[in-house]
Amino acid sequence: MTAEPKGVLTGTHELSGSQACAEGALAAGCRFLCVYPIVPAKDVSERFFARAKEVGATFVQMEDEISALAVVLGASWTGKKSMTVTSGPGFSLMMEHVGLGVMLETPCVIIDIQRVGPSEGLPNSPSQGDIMQARWGSHGDYEVIALSPNSPQEMFNLTIKAFNLSEKYRTPVMIMSDAAVARMKEEVIIPPANQIKIEPRRYFKGPKEKYLPYKWEEDLVPPMVNIGEGYRFHVTGLTHNEKGYPVMSDECQELNVHRLVNKIRRNAEKIVEVEENKTDDAEIIVVSYGITSKVALKAVDQARKNGIKVGHLRLITVWPFPDKRIRELAKRTRGFVVPEMNYGQIAFELERCSHGEANVAFVHCKGKEVDDLKNIFHAIRNLLTEKTGREEIIEYRNE
Amino acid sequence: MSKEKHHPMESWLRMDRIPHIWCPGCGIGTTLTAVIAALEKIEVNPDEVCVVSGIGCTGRAAGYLKFDSFHTTHGRAIPFATGIKLANPKLKVMVISGDGDLVAIGGNHFVHAARRNIDLTVICVNNFIYAMTGGQVAPTTPLTAYSTTSPYGNFEPPANIPRLAEAAGAVYVARWTALHIRRLTKSIVEAIQKPGFSVVEVISPCAQYYSRINRLGDGLDMMKFYHQNSLIKHMEPTENLDIQYQEQIIVGKFVDRERVPFTELQKEGCN
Repeated sequence: MTAEPKGVLTGTHELSGSQACAEGALAAGCRFLCVYPIVPAKDVSERFFARAKEVGATFVQMEDEISALAVVLGASWTGKKSMTVTSGPGFSLMMEHVGLGVMLETPCVIIDIQRVGPSEGLPNSPSQGDIMQARWGSHGDYEVIALSPNSPQEMFNLTIKAFNLSEKYRTPVMIMSDAAVARMKEEVIIPPANQIKIEPRRYFKGPKEKYLPYKWEEDLVPPMVNIGEGYRFHVTGLTHNEKGYPVMSDECQELNVHRLVNKIRRNAEKIVEVEENKTDDAEIIVVSYGITSKVALKAVDQARKNGIKVGHLRLITVWPFPDKRIRELAKRTRGFVVPEMNYGQIAFELERCSHGEANVAFVHCKGKEVDDLKNIFHAIRNLLTEKTGREEIIEYRNE
Repeated sequence: MSKEKHHPMESWLRMDRIPHIWCPGCGIGTTLTAVIAALEKIEVNPDEVCVVSGIGCTGRAAGYLKFDSFHTTHGRAIPFATGIKLANPKLKVMVISGDGDLVAIGGNHFVHAARRNIDLTVICVNNFIYAMTGGQVAPTTPLTAYSTTSPYGNFEPPANIPRLAEAAGAVYVARWTALHIRRLTKSIVEAIQKPGFSVVEVISPCAQYYSRINRLGDGLDMMKFYHQNSLIKHMEPTENLDIQYQEQIIVGKFVDRERVPFTELQKEGCN
């Protein structure tokens, strides 16, 4: 299936990351946006609202982010592709319905334009502080899919991909962007509608009386139906059986949540996307994602010029994490340098995946390019001379 | 063998989920009977009815009704239902939930859905207590009443639900008790047919927690109390509808007015 031409603004446009994100959503077939105003996420919704009329999309602004995501989940069950956009504090409020979205297996997309926290923090500054919240923010056990774009073009591409993944795996998918990528402007190429691949919703095709909301298919994903089509189904956020009925037993919980976790874990190889650069002969690999990948690449180039064998791995999907690939690389490199605009979130994942076979150096980035570049370069050089087998994550500073 | 007996409302219920979880003497069952009777009366296409519930005793209502039905998160039934209604305005969307769910944790959504005049029918079962969690003080618990978290008698002024609904912008507001089955049914019919945000409050006995801790007898005793102490006063100003502990309960239809529903405004606003 390809995109509906009505939503696709084919051509080359100078767009900010936020604008490109809104265009990506419209191109993907998103026809329902619900938000609560917040900086810096507001630019995405403003673009969407401005385009909604000509595309025939519905939008509504709610009283808070808790309700905004609840509205999105409800809308999705009518068959409309639905999305919400937020930043830090709003993302925290949405966690309740991330859990419900996972539990009801409701396709939808959540855009998080990360800003500095905790709490109100620095509303206008970019951050990568919500990466672990995306993974673990709602209570209970579950798996999510989260993508990390590093340019306006990727904001467009990955928003489409997010919708496709959410339909394919019937789960909320997150775009973990940040204030810098959202505000960055560049030429974005929007292809013709017939060149944009769209994953259609997987609908149940059997007789109505045979429909069971959570009877899954081979890849562990159950087909869906829309409200109002006569299936008269029931779904609940409680632990439930195939019928969607609550069953208060450990056995049902095992069956229910096992599948929710496994439908992502078992398909992780298909979902995971990374970009590798000069990792073949690398002694040190810089692992980055989103905005920090820009400065990371520069540091890698600089190190190569200095004769250090450094490679770069960029996470395009942050969750699920590329465990297998990191393990392989850990066996043949001396260490990973992980620049992040937080206090070490993905760095811990690198430690976990490398099983002690490679050192991990975390570099705290502030978004000041010159400083960050120096610190990353410094970490690369130091890691080459460090002894292996260190148990702590070391933060390198150029002090 | 005698012929198998069928419940007259069987086709509206998920019979494979019966028996339900509600306690003897509870008023939620009679409320559901009134909801079904109302839907039968207006000859609505059941395929186009969608029921959304929050969490709590009344939150279980969605699970027993044979419509497309959602049992969601605590307090968020109204926004979930809002998403459904706005994305497919053809549907008749009902929210059936309790006082704690709709007025405490979901209070903000209740107020704003009424303000926007989202076309929803909200059935609020008010049993004066958080029953699912074992009898804690609710935003509706009358002054001096006991609960597990008001062991010396409640001193928090309770909410007046019809007044809140009217002030926020609801177009239809009524209150009945679980005893007033016919009148309640009629109100639900009117509420469903009314375009916009309508609220029907149902004062309901909680024979397990509220009545036990306050020594008010069983479900039947509470029904008898409603019988002796309910006063029908249609169009009574909602400011007079505060409920005092074991005193007269004013019931009736209090608000029935015209305001353009959100979906209509949205259509106009977008064109």
